[in-house]
Amino acid sequence: MIESLFSIAFFAQVIRIAVPYALAAMGGAITERSGVVDLALEAKLLFGAFAAAAFAHMTGSAVAGVLGGMFAGMLVTAVQLFCALRLRADQVIVGIALNVIALGGTRFLLQLVYHEGANSPPVNGFGHAVLANPLVWLAFVAAVALPLAIKRTRWGLRLRAAGDRPDALVAVGVSPNRARIAAALVGGALSGAGGAQLALAVGGFVAEMSGGRGYIALAMVILAGWRPLVAALACAGIAFAEAFNIQLQVSSIGIPHELAQLAPYVLTLLVIGIAGGRRSPPPQSLGKL
Amino acid sequence: MIAWLRPGANLRREFEAAAIAVLVAIAIGSVLMLVVGKSPAHVWSQMLRHVFSEPYWFGYMLYRATALALTGLAVAIALDAGMFNIGAEGQLTAGVVACAVIGTALPEATPAIVAVPVCLLGAALAGGIVGGIIGVLRVARGAHEVITSIMLNAIVAGMALYLGNVALFQGGTTTGKTIVSGAQLPLLGLSGSSANATLVITILVVALVWWLRSRTTWGMAWLAVGRDPAAARSVGIDVGRVRILAMVGSGALAGLAAVNFVMGHKHAFEEGLGRGTGLLGISVALLGRSHPIGIAVAALLLGFLSAGGLSVAQEVPKELTEMLQGVVVLAVACAGPWVRGKPNPVKGAA
Repeated sequence: MIESLFSIAFFAQVIRIAVPYALAAMGGAITERSGVVDLALEAKLLFGAFAAAAFAHMTGSAVAGVLGGMFAGMLVTAVQLFCALRLRADQVIVGIALNVIALGGTRFLLQLVYHEGANSPPVNGFGHAVLANPLVWLAFVAAVALPLAIKRTRWGLRLRAAGDRPDALVAVGVSPNRARIAAALVGGALSGAGGAQLALAVGGFVAEMSGGRGYIALAMVILAGWRPLVAALACAGIAFAEAFNIQLQVSSIGIPHELAQLAPYVLTLLVIGIAGGRRSPPPQSLGKL
Repeated sequence: MIAWLRPGANLRREFEAAAIAVLVAIAIGSVLMLVVGKSPAHVWSQMLRHVFSEPYWFGYMLYRATALALTGLAVAIALDAGMFNIGAEGQLTAGVVACAVIGTALPEATPAIVAVPVCLLGAALAGGIVGGIIGVLRVARGAHEVITSIMLNAIVAGMALYLGNVALFQGGTTTGKTIVSGAQLPLLGLSGSSANATLVITILVVALVWWLRSRTTWGMAWLAVGRDPAAARSVGIDVGRVRILAMVGSGALAGLAAVNFVMGHKHAFEEGLGRGTGLLGISVALLGRSHPIGIAVAALLLGFLSAGGLSVAQEVPKELTEMLQGVVVLAVACAGPWVRGKPNPVKGAA
């Protein structure tokens, strides 16, 4: 049992599980840092997964699937931003509505395109070798590059200003909403790529396959104080618990797996309960446009 | 946070926003029907004809609307007090478990006059506890209710599954034991549809919430906290206490929605029973503009969409109407500020 936790196979398993969470969380972190609430992560994962399967099926190439997933994530983001920034709709509600639309919408598309109720036709993913999976590399690169980009590039500076001091941006003649669009579209592409990993890892799209991961990823973003690298690490923690739980089911040592599965959620609740929710303040203009 | 949804805003605009949202949903639905190669006029009229002339589909609409009105009210009273309860899903599941466990634990001969109130109370209490946890964490620790709700949804779902596996599910199925006959609510007799007496309870609850909200000091305090917590505090309202109580009440209403499924229809615990009703409650609360009467209408509208969608499933995939439920919410969220942005005709004239 213990040895199996330190095996390379286990480590690879953790990474495979972590990638969709981490990509969604990093996408959500930069979107929220720019001042846009990103409850639509679930929709981005789900549409991203569907588009990845559809593009991979159409072209026979998993890379095309990834691009399709990223494109779908950006498309959902575009609708989200149009409603939230242009029409000034409440951002939390826009997110929830998009998630409801994604649940029905992806199944509607399954019916429309493949005449199937629950599954897309099988597609080829990147195989089981973790290091041969470009999405894993995307996650690693994003985890390292995003904090630097937020800190050091013009894109990042404007993103932070749009989130914390939009009036300062206006004062220097930059539109806060343009900075938000620039940030959120990158975030949407990352989240869509997370969806692509979901679909490509199991060789096709399955209805409702995001299974609440978008919500969990958002919780990790808030828990991580809107820092993308920390959020990705928190997601790795969730993935570790999930992989551990799969081991538990295999080796059955007496802890019921339904309860072991809940460990990360209970832990998150405890951390919030003990440390309080105000440890690191949210971006100041978050949701208040 | 969601200032434009709160009561006190111009009623006419609220109505306009909801009407625009419904029109947008009809338009988008029509486009999708064209995409699958059907005539929208034909499909919409078929839906109307099925639901309003066939008792079965009419009953199915009422069955869906019953639970949606309860989860919608749940979300709305939290919203009134300035809290966003997206945990109705978990609170409903807690209600399902409590209702089924109590319903099976009662002696077989328990009369309905005892069994029904006990089970109702159990469902409400279980939901109320889950809602209360969210309220306490928010008030005492400043924990954002959106995260705690999400975590509790996952935790309650997992615990329900665990309880089912170790104690409730009967031999290899995902269904529990049947509750005692005294706790089973009668059907309304709409040609075999699952519409049941929970509808009557729900109508009473809608009336009760309307009365509390608009005719009592409690309601006044809870609306005041939602509108302006600082002002509420300055007139001596204990903001934290009101918020916690609102979340307990919200959870209790969501838990009560379990009655429709457990006591009214399935008469047993079932894996995934009522799933999605909590999430759609958010849609109902928003579409109904947080007002009890509006919520009843919104619940009927979404109930119509799901009954109508199923009734024409031979012609258009039922996923189409599932999706429309989300479109309605998105449209109402966008129409609200848009309508508000227009000059107020009354003030403009003055």
